[in-house]
Amino acid sequence: MAYDYEKSIRPGKLPHIWCPGCGHGIIMKGLIRAMDTCELDRTQTAIVSGIGCASRLPGYLDACTLHTAHGRAAAFATGVKMARPDMNVIVVGGDGDGTAIGGNHFIHACRRNIDLTYIVMNNHIYGMTGGQFSPTTPTGAMASTTPYGNPDPTFDISKLAIGAGATFVARTTAYHATQIDKLIAEGIRHKGMAVIEIIDDCPTTYGRRNKFRSVVDMMKRLKDNAVPVAAASKMSPEQLEGKILTGVLFKEERPEYTATYAEVIKKAQGA
Amino acid sequence: MAKKVALLQGNDACAQGAVYAGCKFFGGYPITPSTEVAEVLSGELPKVGGKFIQMEDEIAAIASVIGASLAGSKALTASSGPGISLKQELIGYACIAEVPIVIVNVMRGGPSTGMPTGPGQSDVMQAKWGTHGDHAVIAVAPASCQEIFEETVRAFNLAEKYRMPVQILYDEIVGHMREPVTFPEPGELEVIDRTAPTVGPEDYKPFDPSQGQVPPLAAYGSGYKFHVTGLNKAPDGFPTTKAELVDAEERRQIAKVMDNVADIEKNEEYLTDDAEVIIWAFGSTSRSARYAVNELRKEGIKAGLFRPITLWPFPEKRTAELAQQAKAIVVPELNLGQMIYEVDRVAKGACAVAGVNRVDGEPINPGQIMDRVKEVL
Repeated sequence: MAYDYEKSIRPGKLPHIWCPGCGHGIIMKGLIRAMDTCELDRTQTAIVSGIGCASRLPGYLDACTLHTAHGRAAAFATGVKMARPDMNVIVVGGDGDGTAIGGNHFIHACRRNIDLTYIVMNNHIYGMTGGQFSPTTPTGAMASTTPYGNPDPTFDISKLAIGAGATFVARTTAYHATQIDKLIAEGIRHKGMAVIEIIDDCPTTYGRRNKFRSVVDMMKRLKDNAVPVAAASKMSPEQLEGKILTGVLFKEERPEYTATYAEVIKKAQGA
Repeated sequence: MAKKVALLQGNDACAQGAVYAGCKFFGGYPITPSTEVAEVLSGELPKVGGKFIQMEDEIAAIASVIGASLAGSKALTASSGPGISLKQELIGYACIAEVPIVIVNVMRGGPSTGMPTGPGQSDVMQAKWGTHGDHAVIAVAPASCQEIFEETVRAFNLAEKYRMPVQILYDEIVGHMREPVTFPEPGELEVIDRTAPTVGPEDYKPFDPSQGQVPPLAAYGSGYKFHVTGLNKAPDGFPTTKAELVDAEERRQIAKVMDNVADIEKNEEYLTDDAEVIIWAFGSTSRSARYAVNELRKEGIKAGLFRPITLWPFPEKRTAELAQQAKAIVVPELNLGQMIYEVDRVAKGACAVAGVNRVDGEPINPGQIMDRVKEVL
């Protein structure tokens, strides 16, 4: 029997805005499956985003959805979670939204280890505005604002999250559809800041400027370059050059922020 | 039992007023001269089960406040010049998404870093026009520590009632001055909570004009699933570019304030009945103005004070009446002339309008106001 996605999608809100070949739709389906796996009551689930193609996702899903301003999703989500620590708070967004304009909020949410599930759809480009380079556009790649090739070094978003203090960090790609929902579900169940970086592609604004002949070629690249963390541990740094490490990259238990604040309240009330 | 009276700094009175109003969330960032609001609430809010969070920057502070309000908590942030400038985009977000929040701006000199420890009243036009796009604004301007307490409660009431951001503007002098503040008993001051929806979750539309000029706001987590966006949206909350829907929503959001000016406006008048010269002053400057009125009266000059407590919407009707009655209106303000433009606009040449201005970090003293009155009469 086909999976029932429709009960999670708001009536009349499809078709979505994403181009053919974009990975965001695959990720949205993965998120739906993960929410079903975790049996999330959608009235008790907030899905928060910033601005960009990926950030249009919340509008399609039947839940408490909050489409905020560019880069600010993690900060809005922090307010929601602080006010209602019992709610599930999921953040979705792109690489530019989350790690350029929103980079400060991203790292500080990681540092606090507040219980958010943050899904970064990393397609290495500002898609909505027509293909300007982002903090994850490969050095040398072509973008609408790098006519001579991208001079900027890149962020490794997962490493950034680990370094900033997130206590669950995982990565996969839009090709690995079944791994997406498993990792998101694990992130939802994790008590603390969970970052799931999902590498996908923008055929429209990145692919065509960078000599990808088809969406299939781009998908094939995700498939061929993905290396599970277990396999990677047996490989040399040279062999890992240009590869995408997938799976749970980091996990630790550390006090979660709203739980710690509940202790602050007890202390203030003299309990 | 005697009421509790405490010697409070203006910023402390603001924090205490917030707690009285039922504030349950503060998101802030340290900045002079507003920091004491955050410091006091970091201690007071958890006592009442509320939450305090020091965010990573000014933008995050207001973002967290909007998020907390959508999740059902009355929420406050406080800042000053540079921080208020940084918050402007999200003040607009709270306008279009119709989220009740309160923003305190303890005004200092500017532009830019300016004079952090000096007073200013130069953010009054920013309060009106600072965020981009057309939007209605409510801003209050208390002039004493007691009034800061009471106006903070009123600011929360207006935010909840009209479902929008409300700004409290007071200058560094009032913010850092200490005066006795009498704590009202619970129930003594009105405390308004936002209207909850009367329709069930299946029928709820967060911006449905058929539910009133201010449609009810459900809280996340209360059983209602709905969408909030900063895009122009239809009554169901989802983005639209349909001209007639965009136009109707924008106009409703402005009309909900402008149709209710009588409810929002609050002014104080002192000896204006027979006044030939009106001193039009707000905040700390109004305290010098009141002194000047008394001194001018001793000299036989019929002076009176008009003090707007609600600064925005602008008190057009009463200002226009006073312009008809008086020979002159003198507008002292700690800037190089901002509210005077509004006074001049509504006076329409009916009387002389003259400013008294200072931006050197010093307050305007009564003598300066008196001198200006004598010049224009």
